[in-house]
Amino acid sequence: MMLRRMIRCLLMGIAALPLACFAAGGGEAGDLFSDPPNNDVSDVASLQRGAKYFVNYCLGCHSAKYVRYNRLAEDLELSETQLIENLMFTGLRPFDTMDIAMPPDDAARWFGQQPPDLSLISRSRGTTYLYNFLHTFYQDESSPTGADNMVLPSTSMPHVLWELQGVQRAVFEPAGESGREPEFKEFELVQPGLLSEAEYDEVVRDIVNFLDYIGEPMQLKREALGYRVVAFLLVFLLFALLLKREIWSDVH
Amino acid sequence: MSISNTWGRRLTAFGEWIDARFPMTKMIKEHATEYYAAKNFNFWYGFGVLAMVVLVIQILTGIFLTMSYKPAAADAFASVEYIMRDVDWGWLIRYTHSTGASAFFIVVYLHMFRALMYGSYKKPRELLWLIGMFIYAALMAEAFFGYLLPWGNMSYWGAQVIVSLFGALPGVGEGLAEWIRGDYYISDITLNRFFAFHVIAVPLALVMLVVVHILALHETGSNNPDGIEIKEHKGSDGIPLDGIAFHPYHTSKDLVIIIIFLIVFAMVVFFAPDMGGYFLEHANFEAADRLKTPEHIAPVWYFTPFYAILRAVPSKLGGVLLMGLAVGLLFFLPWLDRCRVKSIRYRGWFFKFALGVFTVSFIALGYLGLQPATGVYTNLARLFTLLYFAFFLLMPLYTSWEKTKPVPERVTK
Repeated sequence: MMLRRMIRCLLMGIAALPLACFAAGGGEAGDLFSDPPNNDVSDVASLQRGAKYFVNYCLGCHSAKYVRYNRLAEDLELSETQLIENLMFTGLRPFDTMDIAMPPDDAARWFGQQPPDLSLISRSRGTTYLYNFLHTFYQDESSPTGADNMVLPSTSMPHVLWELQGVQRAVFEPAGESGREPEFKEFELVQPGLLSEAEYDEVVRDIVNFLDYIGEPMQLKREALGYRVVAFLLVFLLFALLLKREIWSDVH
Repeated sequence: MSISNTWGRRLTAFGEWIDARFPMTKMIKEHATEYYAAKNFNFWYGFGVLAMVVLVIQILTGIFLTMSYKPAAADAFASVEYIMRDVDWGWLIRYTHSTGASAFFIVVYLHMFRALMYGSYKKPRELLWLIGMFIYAALMAEAFFGYLLPWGNMSYWGAQVIVSLFGALPGVGEGLAEWIRGDYYISDITLNRFFAFHVIAVPLALVMLVVVHILALHETGSNNPDGIEIKEHKGSDGIPLDGIAFHPYHTSKDLVIIIIFLIVFAMVVFFAPDMGGYFLEHANFEAADRLKTPEHIAPVWYFTPFYAILRAVPSKLGGVLLMGLAVGLLFFLPWLDRCRVKSIRYRGWFFKFALGVFTVSFIALGYLGLQPATGVYTNLARLFTLLYFAFFLLMPLYTSWEKTKPVPERVTK
């Protein structure tokens, strides 16, 4: 009787935990530029494409210094030859990490600050941030790079993917009489890129998926192991309950 | 003569050999097979053993983390990522340790709440409560020192904020803060000494305090949900009529409780190790940067009730003192509570109401400590701070006035 109550209380506690988390973190939903990336880290093909885009477009300036190439190959189901031919262009060895040649001091001089390492960017900023960041570059003549970003205003990063996405202009509602900041209305494509909007969206999703993966490479294994551990504990619980009932049978 | 009999005799002889030199059998009897605790424990009585389980988890995972962690400003953050990515099962060890930190506070808070409900801090268990409070203080120190070690940006700025609080003390403040840091700002030196405190000084104190806590508990005997002393009704054999042996009865029940706990624990470790940013904060996945303050500095959830109290006071010194008092008053609980009846089951509605208000205030302050300190939030924090302190400061009054119900002679269901 008491035991049943105990279990019920605990189960209620478990049920309430994620609820509490969502309730606390739910404020962002519905805001501008918070479209969910809907990426899937178990999609190896997407991760392979993401790795390709990452190496081609990001790795020039951004390192991923905690990520080892051979670990990447293993998780992305690539052979060492495939790895070297497709993802490694700088004469590094497979057991090296994804470092860059750009000296930090020069980087800081060229960009105003050193481009951040991206190993953990999906964990510090979140995938939603990254997905929307890569979607919302727009033309801005006043910026040294010719572009600005809606998610990270006055970013020092140029729109590296412009040839894929094309160049877009931000259209604002005319400023009201009250002197408020002009409100963002929509993006308008000024110069089309190589990809359609849907194709570009897929590219961004693959990149975000890859960043998600390198943020926590063990996340798939973690969950798979989790089911087995919990299943074992449930069986153990059954025996423990039976043992407890047997021992307590003479307590009145 | 069978083989098992021979071995059985040898085992007995070995036991006797030890008993002649060390009180093994005597201790097992005293603390397990002949330690009697009430048979009507409910689930609130499981959190003590769970706290011990978490302590063991933290020590074991901590030992393995220490094997790969590097307590130096230049290497610490990278060494944690090395553990997460390159060390075999390193991620599991690290997540178990980080989840264990939050789990420790959850079970300890519930353990303390149990004591509040059933009056476990009252005579003759005042010292037991005091020792427990010292454990809680040591635990807070342990968590604070440990949080700097990953050398993430929130680690860095969190430590910066907490250490600077000492600077608010008049006269000695700045010197004291500098003495704690060993430097003018949180640096490599600070990290090194915090590491020393986290892996040896505080854990050693914690373990010793836990042993003392258990010895004190076994001296007075455990309280129970009815708040009556089972030792007052003994059978002809000298055993309390409402008591049952700790082993095998309570241990077999504790096993069930431990497994249920481990299931919940495993679900966090394997499916939500950062718990939406509450167990592992997002900003801490960026390495410490002395020039880049996080937008919003908040301690980990278990400190936020006190953090909210700190921020509720306009003066820094006042906030620091009030925060210290918020923890300090708990030590005096056995003497603030004037009511003879222990268990909430037989206490008057004054106390029930006060405990309810206190619980709501603590949780509300915990929530407010996570929010930015602006307008409405600050005013709410002030209100709940007032209620938090009212619980303690008015306690001598409302506990002497309350109308209690008759307490039964023997334990009920």
